[in-house]
Amino acid sequence: MRRTLAALALLAFGLAAGAAEVRAVEVRAVEVNVYAAASLTDALQEVARGYERTSRDRIVFQFAASSTLARQIEQGAPADLFLSADELKMDVLAAKGLIDRASRVSVLSNTLVIVVPATGGQRLNGPRDLTQRRFASIAIAEPSSVPAGIYARTYLTRLGIWKAIARKVIPTDNVRAALAAVASGNVDAAVVYRTDARTATRVRIAYEVPRAAGPVISYPFALAASSEHPAEARRFLAYLRSNAAREVFVRHGFLLR
Amino acid sequence: MSATELQILGLTLRTAALATLLIVLPGLGIAWLLARHRWPGKSLVETLVALPLVMPPVATGLLLLELFGRRGPLGRWLHAAGVDVVFTWRAVVLAMGVMSFPLLVRAARVAFEEVNPRLEGLARTLGAGNVRVFVTITLPLAARGIVSGMLLAFARAVGEFGATILVAGNIPGRTSTLSLAIYNLVQLGHDGEAFRLLLFAVAIAFAAVFIAEAFLRRRAA
Repeated sequence: MRRTLAALALLAFGLAAGAAEVRAVEVRAVEVNVYAAASLTDALQEVARGYERTSRDRIVFQFAASSTLARQIEQGAPADLFLSADELKMDVLAAKGLIDRASRVSVLSNTLVIVVPATGGQRLNGPRDLTQRRFASIAIAEPSSVPAGIYARTYLTRLGIWKAIARKVIPTDNVRAALAAVASGNVDAAVVYRTDARTATRVRIAYEVPRAAGPVISYPFALAASSEHPAEARRFLAYLRSNAAREVFVRHGFLLR
Repeated sequence: MSATELQILGLTLRTAALATLLIVLPGLGIAWLLARHRWPGKSLVETLVALPLVMPPVATGLLLLELFGRRGPLGRWLHAAGVDVVFTWRAVVLAMGVMSFPLLVRAARVAFEEVNPRLEGLARTLGAGNVRVFVTITLPLAARGIVSGMLLAFARAVGEFGATILVAGNIPGRTSTLSLAIYNLVQLGHDGEAFRLLLFAVAIAFAAVFIAEAFLRRRAA
């Protein structure tokens, strides 16, 4: 009997918590669902805090690889805004009529860096050192679909060392996962955005890819065609281009286009 | 079947089989202790063994990652000995083994409990030692239940996803098992190829459960 009661109590607690969640959503004003590239995480959260101080709308983020997000939007995910880390993903959605083409803007850019674990990491004199045996594993966001991975592969191919290191590549779900693999010391190096490297304390930037040497990195923003709150989404999109937001992006290391 | 599909299937079946074989000895040992003996801390061990069955697989994966990472308490030691676990096929086997362990233990425990203790007592009065009783009486009588448990453990290992992706990554050709490959293909938008792999997954799961059930039915008859 006591056991039955305990089990029922546990279930009741779960239900009550679920109900509280639903109520909490009801009392809020409009929620703007922003599907954003993982590399934008920290900067966007700060931008949203600034925005929410003056707006009654709430910004709800979904951070993941842009490829994952584009896929979810194709499958009908309730996105209001899509902030991609490459133009290609936006082109795909535009071709399918899933974004509002007129709203599309590209304001941010980034550069690539090679990171190693802060303690015990290998020395790197240049990117070509990655072909050496002492770099046994190199984390890169999935190089056939995730923007950061595609940029990294493009850069390494341009250097002529992609084939030599392809076997050591550990593909990750998104760019932040590649960064985390280095931070934990489980891989020897990773190619990530410069802005990502600045968010982790346990990694060291071993090499900065000069802007001219790397591929052109561009973050297009656009309104989702199926947005249920286009007016509110448009307002946040406009805020993303404001000086206040730009200042936050720049402070996080993003480049303006 | 394409070369890639063959590679994925081969990797999945090999790692799942290895994981199942590796957990047989410890699994049977614990199952037998749980079935036949009372000892302090028994219910604690019972609960711990069942945990991977109900814990979020990614949580189990995270624990394994912390333990076996290059800087983890066990991983550091293995790394120094030249054995890297995380992001290799070894991590796939590790994740599969841990996640399948409870299924094997549960099935084997039930099988041991269903062996009539009188038969074991009889053998003992005839002069057989504990080891001989176990090998010649207990094990053969429990065999069908144990094999059925191994098949279920194998099927669970084939389907493992959450713990594997954390501790082994999703590296095509090296750690990308059937489940991970399906996920990858869907991410890339190649649903057709994902569905082909899905058919293999269904076929393996069906065969494993079907045979496991057949073993149990024969015992009951």
